[in-house]
Amino acid sequence: MVENSTQIQAFTEGPPRVSEWRRFWRVFLQRRIVIFGLVVLGLLVFSAAFANIIAPHNPYVGVMADSLQQPNKTYWLGTDIQGRDTLSRIIFGARTVLEVGFITVTIGAVSGFALGMLAGYFGGAVSAVILRVMDAMMSFPMLIMAMLLAAVLGGGLQNVIIALTIASIPGNARVMNGLVLTTKQNDYVLAERAMGTSNLRIMLSHILPNALPPMIVLITLQLGGIIMAEAGLSYLGIGIKPPGAAWGAMVNTGYPYLLDHPILSFAPGIAIMLVVFAFNMIGDGLRDALDPRLRGLL
Amino acid sequence: MTTYVIRRLLLAVITIVIITLMVFFAIRLLPGDPLIIYLGQQASSGELSQDTLQTLRVQYGLDKPIMVQYFNWAKGLFRGNLGESINYHDSVAKLMRQRFPITLHLGVMALLLNVIVGVLMGLAAAIRRGTWIDTLSTFLANIGVCIPVFWLALLLIYVFGLKLHWLPIHGYTSPFTDFWLNTRQIIMPVFCMAIGGLSTTARLTRSAMLEVTHQDYIRTAWSKGLRERAVIWKHALKNGLIPIVTVLGMGIGGVFAGSVIIENIFAIPGIGRLLVTSLYAQDYTVIQSGTLVIALIIVLSNLLVEISYVWLDPRIRYD
Repeated sequence: MVENSTQIQAFTEGPPRVSEWRRFWRVFLQRRIVIFGLVVLGLLVFSAAFANIIAPHNPYVGVMADSLQQPNKTYWLGTDIQGRDTLSRIIFGARTVLEVGFITVTIGAVSGFALGMLAGYFGGAVSAVILRVMDAMMSFPMLIMAMLLAAVLGGGLQNVIIALTIASIPGNARVMNGLVLTTKQNDYVLAERAMGTSNLRIMLSHILPNALPPMIVLITLQLGGIIMAEAGLSYLGIGIKPPGAAWGAMVNTGYPYLLDHPILSFAPGIAIMLVVFAFNMIGDGLRDALDPRLRGLL
Repeated sequence: MTTYVIRRLLLAVITIVIITLMVFFAIRLLPGDPLIIYLGQQASSGELSQDTLQTLRVQYGLDKPIMVQYFNWAKGLFRGNLGESINYHDSVAKLMRQRFPITLHLGVMALLLNVIVGVLMGLAAAIRRGTWIDTLSTFLANIGVCIPVFWLALLLIYVFGLKLHWLPIHGYTSPFTDFWLNTRQIIMPVFCMAIGGLSTTARLTRSAMLEVTHQDYIRTAWSKGLRERAVIWKHALKNGLIPIVTVLGMGIGGVFAGSVIIENIFAIPGIGRLLVTSLYAQDYTVIQSGTLVIALIIVLSNLLVEISYVWLDPRIRYD
């Protein structure tokens, strides 16, 4: 008996335990490109939060006398036809990006995860109905789904958010469903069931924590896609109403002046690219740090 | 195998039914009289009398219960009746038939570019892992997935159209009329349409190939003394190709999503441009039928992808 307990002790005395958090940060920050992504994200949040203070000019009302200026000391990125400063409009556009991105991702994730959880956990008819509807929704490319909804609801930022949210639900639900199906098979879930724990409790405190890491990675990567779709919609003129600033719309309004004032279109386009790139890199970093097994899957 | 295919077919049919329900009711959820919505500005400006409206309502069957309306509409779909466009004063089926080949042409070219360049890039990166080839290919693929297509299109127009004058910046001529002009016209749109999918293909090919190279049979192939070419092309690539089929399936959706923006920029009269024009004109019949047709094509291509898995990977049991 004594022998047995020492054996156990010897077994537990492994290598010194590294804190999970410390390991997470080490792997997460290992690649320089992830740090670059975090810096871009930081800049984006900073611009959105302090747009009033840091924007050098009024983004909505321009000085007509300064219409279509090339980049100079006063207007670092030049001005558009209405004499509005491109840089200030880009800075204010950060608000649109964050607003659309985070509202969409949050509502889309919560509802998608809930549907996926229900489908995966209960199976049978519940799962059949939910998954069929998700399949049908997934058959519309995000941009086209959003266009259909924009046609129904009308333009405007609020409706773009609704459209993109609806479009992001099926992907979340599908992945969640798959994760629940594998997690559900574990013995501890079976044990909880045998103990008579309520379904809701099992779902929330036993299955959800296990499904969380991949879901965090999924929604980070999804943010890039949503920002891109929002840019596409606002490029097409569906979305924020003038004089509001959205990067996609800025690329479009700069198009007629492309030959002489390419910066009007190029600058906001680079902003979109940097932000989407940042979210993709952060998502990749999170994936490697949280769950390397997901490589190639997400 | 047969059961699996039949099951997939049945599921696809159910999905299609749900899609038709969604498309039908999406427009009907609009507040207001569906007749006014379909007739657009003409009706809302009050040009038509109540009597005319009532006659039209009966004529279009809009006085019947909504489920009857749905079944009538679905019955029409089976006969290829997609409704009438208010904006173009023509049948939607005819409009789609005119525009579809153009989008198809661009789409097929884009998918070819996607697969050929994407697979080669991913393959090169995987074979020369850790070298500058890998770094460059991975970097380009990372850029490619986050580049906004409309921005890339403007960049290309600026450089190759406005500055260098190498390529025409808009328009579409049938390849049967002027093949050379057509080729020059579609280079930029096809490249823009392919870029996102191409980058995804490259990334997936790379990770699939890296996965495969750890397998025992690849070690066996090497230890048999086979040359690199034989190991890669005959043994590794064959299994590395499975995820690529999935990418191709996704690529078809990407083609239509891309066509919406790209055809608009390059003034190409395809399905995407038709949808955007109809959106601006509030031509709901066209939007309804257009999204429906696109969704159906995607369901069918997904079905083909799923069935081809069985053929590509007989190890997996499908039940």
